[in-house]
Amino acid sequence: MWAEAIILTVITAATPLALAALGELVTERSGVLNLGVEGMMAVGAVTAFAVAVTTGSGAAGILAGAMAGAALSLIFAFLTITLATNQVATGLALTLFGLGISGVIGDGFVGISRPPLPQLEIPGLSDLPLVGRILFRQDAMVYLSIALTAGVWWFLSRSRQGLKLRAVGDSHASAHALGLNVMLTRYLAVMFGGACAGLGGAYLSLAYTPMWIDDMTAGRGWIALALVVFATWMPWRLLAGAYLFGAITILQFHAQGAGIGLPSQLMSSLPYLATIVALVLISGRGRLALRHTPLSLGKSFVPER
Amino acid sequence: MKRLMMAAAVLALGLSAASAQDEPTKVGFVYVGPVGDFGWSYQHDQGRLALEEAFGDKVETTYVENVSEGPDAERVIRQLAADGNDLVFTTSFGFMNPTEKVARRFPDVKFEHATGYKRADNLATYAARFYEGRYIIGKIAGRMTETNTIGYIVSFPIPEVVRGINAFMLGAQSVNPDIQVKIIWVNSWFDPGKEADAAKALIDQGADILVQHTDSPAPMQVAEQRGVYAFGQASDMKEFGPNAQLTSIVDDWSQYYKERVQAVMDGTWESTDTWGGLDAGMVVMAEYRNMPDDVKQMAEETEAAIRSGELHPFAGPITNQAGEVVVAEGEVVSDEDLLSMNWYVQGIDDKLPQ
Repeated sequence: MWAEAIILTVITAATPLALAALGELVTERSGVLNLGVEGMMAVGAVTAFAVAVTTGSGAAGILAGAMAGAALSLIFAFLTITLATNQVATGLALTLFGLGISGVIGDGFVGISRPPLPQLEIPGLSDLPLVGRILFRQDAMVYLSIALTAGVWWFLSRSRQGLKLRAVGDSHASAHALGLNVMLTRYLAVMFGGACAGLGGAYLSLAYTPMWIDDMTAGRGWIALALVVFATWMPWRLLAGAYLFGAITILQFHAQGAGIGLPSQLMSSLPYLATIVALVLISGRGRLALRHTPLSLGKSFVPER
Repeated sequence: MKRLMMAAAVLALGLSAASAQDEPTKVGFVYVGPVGDFGWSYQHDQGRLALEEAFGDKVETTYVENVSEGPDAERVIRQLAADGNDLVFTTSFGFMNPTEKVARRFPDVKFEHATGYKRADNLATYAARFYEGRYIIGKIAGRMTETNTIGYIVSFPIPEVVRGINAFMLGAQSVNPDIQVKIIWVNSWFDPGKEADAAKALIDQGADILVQHTDSPAPMQVAEQRGVYAFGQASDMKEFGPNAQLTSIVDDWSQYYKERVQAVMDGTWESTDTWGGLDAGMVVMAEYRNMPDDVKQMAEETEAAIRSGELHPFAGPITNQAGEVVVAEGEVVSDEDLLSMNWYVQGIDDKLPQ
């Protein structure tokens, strides 16, 4: 039963990371580095919770969270794409702005508790031994995160639009010369990233710990950013990475509870260490690892007129 | 001409004296977290609000939230002093050095630093004896547990936290010698997700009561969902666990803040070192609930005994993990030793991270 309990907890820990990171993956594949994930998650979390409490509907909350994240990313898109400001500085500013404004929005919602999102039950399957609870009794957003991973994978590697997006991310000058709309592509990619970060935030405030408290994202936006690099910009690897990062935390908690003496400070830093290792491997292995690295990442595009 | 100027000067003096009387006492607060953290900073802000309610127009309060414990803090504290605040409360341990620095430069402004130990003529310190509450919840847990396993979620291995674990254990052992406590360090004061994960892990390992020394209500919420009991921290968390919360150790600064502001108004403020507990009203136990009457009665009696000074949670004999008697019968641990506590009492199955 321990294994089941651990896996169930890992799923809830991994889902918000996977959601936020998937969006950032698409944004980065278009050549834009948005460091504002933490801020967008916070705004998504507070909006989702506020709407869910006010309307009583979890679905409305999820939708509102995604929309709020997208709306915030639109500010970032305008600044970095239209005005060609520095992406790193603007992204950091977006995080600070998002954390601040989320506190203002959430002022009246601190100290309220909500039941978590309902788990979907599939008659028969949900009660299967061993795998029933893990595979067939999760909340909708867990399935959404997996479907989204499949969708993003298909879009990027199998669809024509995805090919164009990657072209924009790899060489915006060439893409522009070929007649692709670099600006529009990047606007849409950034907004998709914002919506996904908003969804990740919504998962925190509606399913993971159904409440609103200031700064409840607690650095998950930064882990999502690290995850994109860790996954070398590949969707399935990203999902696996999210589960790995989640599993490290949960397993070390179980180890501590069972009295196995692992240094907890070291364990807490493992996801970051893993990311550094991934970075080292990417920079060392050359072409193979670089295959998915967007070459225009972080560079502003100013078309010549 | 000379006389005219003197008259003007006298008039000006008179005017400023008159306006000084009418002017409200200005009080500034520096918080380490957001006021919406529902924990530490939230409770300090409740104290600030209590000041406004009690003194009305006679006080004017300002607060700066989310101030990180570094160079930023000094800038914020200096700004509050320069803005004409008469009294400035800095409410986190890490504000100690910046507060001391600014206090030296503004000798006419009074400062109060929470949980620190550096004092000056215009810098007082204050803290609360939360361990008194932890002894009480230990006794409650000792009586209420069925699995004899308690889950304890903690932030960082500092004396405040270690003291809390020991006080809890001593309370629990006083009614239930077989009790065991499982400890999980989450290495954060505030991360709802991780606190919830730790809570789930502890429940999965057989804990039927959760104790937390982290700030968010997430463990309480998990306890409610899983149908186990829990104790709240810093604020009353019964909204998050109506069936789970047995009680909560509430930080209540309002009484202290009112006394200190009154002292400034009366001109009787002095630099003091306050470490108040249940008797000072700094530590308040939330309503004892979800427990049988006899357990409730025991809790109330323990609370009364600690308040009257009849019972000291750290009264000997106390043995450490190695089995050595650290405090002999008839003695109590001194405040100094309490403030630097870095060892576990016997029966705690955890190695203190160093």
